[in-house]
Amino acid sequence: MKPTDPQIVWLEEKPLGLAERLYLPLFVQGLATTARHMVSPKVTVSFPDERPTVGNPLIYRGVHRLNKDEQGRVQCVACFLCATACPAHCIDIVAAESPWPDREKYPESFQIDELRCIFCGMCEEACPVDAIELTSLLDLTGRSREEMIFDKEKLLSVYDITKDAEPMKSAGHTTASATGGHAP
Amino acid sequence: MPTVIVDGREIEIGAHERLNCIEAARRAGTEIPHYCWHPGLSVVASCRMCLVETGSRDAATGKITMVPKLVPGCQTPAKDGTVIVTDSPLVRESRARVEEALLIDHPIDCPICDKAGECLLQDYHFQHGQPQRRADLQPFHSRRRDVGPTVTLFVDRCIMCTRCVRFTREVSGTAELMVTSRGAKEEIDSFPGFPLDNKLAGNVVDLCPVGALGDKDFLYQQRVWFLKREANVCGGCATGCSIVTEHNQDTVYRLKPRENPHVNRWWMCDDGRYGWHHLHDPARVAEVTRRAPGGESAVDWPDVVSRLRADLAAAGGLAVAVSPMLTVEEAWMLATVAREIDPSALLALGPVPHSGTDETYPGGFTIRAEKCPNRRGVEAVLAHFGPGISRWDDLLDHVRSGRAKAVWITAAYPAPWIDAAAAAPFAGVSCLVVQDLFASPLSELDGGGAVRWRLPAVGFAERAGTWVNAGHRAQCFEQAIRPPAGVWPEGRLLWNMLGRRGLYDPAVIRAEIAAAVPALAVLGDDLPATGLDLRILQLAATESATHT
Repeated sequence: MKPTDPQIVWLEEKPLGLAERLYLPLFVQGLATTARHMVSPKVTVSFPDERPTVGNPLIYRGVHRLNKDEQGRVQCVACFLCATACPAHCIDIVAAESPWPDREKYPESFQIDELRCIFCGMCEEACPVDAIELTSLLDLTGRSREEMIFDKEKLLSVYDITKDAEPMKSAGHTTASATGGHAP
Repeated sequence: MPTVIVDGREIEIGAHERLNCIEAARRAGTEIPHYCWHPGLSVVASCRMCLVETGSRDAATGKITMVPKLVPGCQTPAKDGTVIVTDSPLVRESRARVEEALLIDHPIDCPICDKAGECLLQDYHFQHGQPQRRADLQPFHSRRRDVGPTVTLFVDRCIMCTRCVRFTREVSGTAELMVTSRGAKEEIDSFPGFPLDNKLAGNVVDLCPVGALGDKDFLYQQRVWFLKREANVCGGCATGCSIVTEHNQDTVYRLKPRENPHVNRWWMCDDGRYGWHHLHDPARVAEVTRRAPGGESAVDWPDVVSRLRADLAAAGGLAVAVSPMLTVEEAWMLATVAREIDPSALLALGPVPHSGTDETYPGGFTIRAEKCPNRRGVEAVLAHFGPGISRWDDLLDHVRSGRAKAVWITAAYPAPWIDAAAAAPFAGVSCLVVQDLFASPLSELDGGGAVRWRLPAVGFAERAGTWVNAGHRAQCFEQAIRPPAGVWPEGRLLWNMLGRRGLYDPAVIRAEIAAAVPALAVLGDDLPATGLDLRILQLAATESATHT
C-alpha cells in the first residue's frame, strides 16, 4: 500500500486543551485509577501452585506450533517470511523441493530458538498460509539450551497437543494461492 | 549538441549517440519501466510497459507537436528536439492496465517464488499498478519443467518478454529456446531434443524479469533479501568478468555478472557462475602444518611469520613460484619478502592452467582457455624484480640442478594441478613450502630429513586486491566473505612477514607499486568500478607524441 493510497486516512494529533495543559485534572485521574486498583480484587496468581486462566487462547502468545494440513503434512511452504519478520532472529529454516506433487517447496528443517524468541507474534502475522501459530501453552521449561531449540517434529507435536482445544485460526477459510497449492 | 526534453527537463546527448527514449530518460534521472527491452538484446517492443508520450520540438519556432498515440520508449529513438512525457495521466493509466493484464494470468505465489524481492513484476506493480484486483483470484501453482540441465522453467509465471529466446539467438548463438503456441497460450520451451545446454545458459535466469526461469543451483537455497552483495572479479579464466558475489553469513550463494562494457558486458559463463563451490569444500586445507625430522606439528599463525622466514633463510638458495591466482599486491609482497630473505632468489611465474581453446560467442563474449585471472599482473611484477620473467620450467631447472635449496610455491588453484610425477623433483629440496587450497601430491611430499610446510590459501571471493585480465585491464575488488576459521589470506601473511603494522590494506601496497613500476602506474589512483586498461598511460603518451 502506497502512502498516497486513497484508502489511507491520515490523522493529526489534536492540540492540547486547557484541562490537559493545567495538568491537575490528569493528576487526579491517575490517583483515582490507583485508588480503584487498591480496592478491586487482585489478579495475580501464585504460579506454579495456581494456574492462571488464559482469557482468549486464540490471541494468547505462547509456545509456537506448526500446523498440519488435512493429510497430516506440514502446512509450511518454507517462504521464510516468518524468519524475515522475526525481530529476534530465532527462526532457522532450510528449504527444499517438496516430495509432494501439489506443492513446490517445503521446510526440510524448521527450528525455533524458544529462548531467543520474544513472543511478539510477528511470525504468525507474516505467514501467508497460516502454518505457524502461537498457542496458549505458557509454561515453557527445559533442562538445557539445546532442548529449548524446537525442531520441526517438536513444533508439529505441539499442534497435535493443542489442535482440539485451539483449532487452526483460519479453519473454514480458504487460503489464497500463496501456497502454490492445488487448483480446485 | 542534440537536446532531448524529458518531462520538461532539457538534457543534452552526444552528437553521434544512438539512444532510445528509455536511455535518454535515464540520463535525465527518470526511469521508464520496461520488461522486454534489454540494452544487450534486439528490440521487440512487445511488453508495452515502456509506452510514453512523445513529440518533437520545431528547431526554428520552438513549437512542440505531440504524437497522438502512446509509443514504446524502447523503439523510439531520441534525437534533437524529441519531447518525452513519462508521467502524464495517459501514460500512468496505460502502465496500470499493462500490469493488470499481466497479473490476470500470473500465479500469486510470491512467497514460494525465488525471484520475489528482485522481481520487476512486483516492483512495477507496486510503483505503477492499481491497488485492487478486478479479476478473480484463482489459486493455482505454476507448472514446472526443465529446459536444460541447469535451468528450470515455471511456465505460468512467464510474462512472455522473450528476453531468454533472444539471448540464445543473439548472444550465445545456440537458439535452443523458442515460443510455442500463440496468443494467450504462448509458452517458452526448448526445441525438442535441444535442451538449453550451453556455457552461457545461466544468463537467461538473470535476464528473466520475473521468476519464470530458475537456476537449479540456487533454487530454494536462500531468499534474495538475505543476500549481501560485493562487487568482485571472477577468477575462473583470464577474461576476468566483473561479477557480484552474493553471500550471507560467509557463505556464497550465487554469482551474478556486473555490467562492464569493456570486459563481459552483461554476461558471464556457467563455468564461472558455478565456479564458487570449491570455496565451501570441507576438504580445503584449513591449518598450517610443519613437518620436520622431529615430527609433524600444527603452527599458530603469529609463529608462522617468524618461523617460515627462519626456515627459508636457513636452507639457502630460495626459489619462489608466484601463482597467477594471486593479486598484484600479493605478488609484489611475495617478491619483496623473497628478495629480503635471499637477494638472489629466483622468482618464477607459477604454472598457468590451460583447458581447451578460447571460445568466442556471437555476442562477443569470450571464455579463455587460460584458467587463471592474473597472469599479466604477476608478469608485470616479476618483470620489475627481474631478471626477465622466469617460468615454472626455470624453477624446475633450479630444483633439479640443486641451486634451489628452499622452494616456496603459492598455488591456490581450484582444480588439481600437479600429479605425483611432476612433484617428484621437489623431493630433494631441504625446505618446501606449499600454499594451496587443497592437499596435493606436492604438499604431501615425503620429507625425509627435510622441512615441509603446508599452508592454506584462499579462493577468489576471500581475496582483496587487483587482477589484470587478458585485455590488460586492471580491476580492483574487495573481499566478499571471510575465509574458513583460522585461515589467513596470503595478503595478510605477507603483510605481516614484511613487518607491517595493523591490518592488511591492499590500497597501501597498490600506491607503492604504482610509484615503483611504470607499467603499473595506473594503480596509484582509485580505479573505476569497470577497471582501467594498464596501457592507457602508454597510449596517451604515444598519442601526444604523434600529435606534436
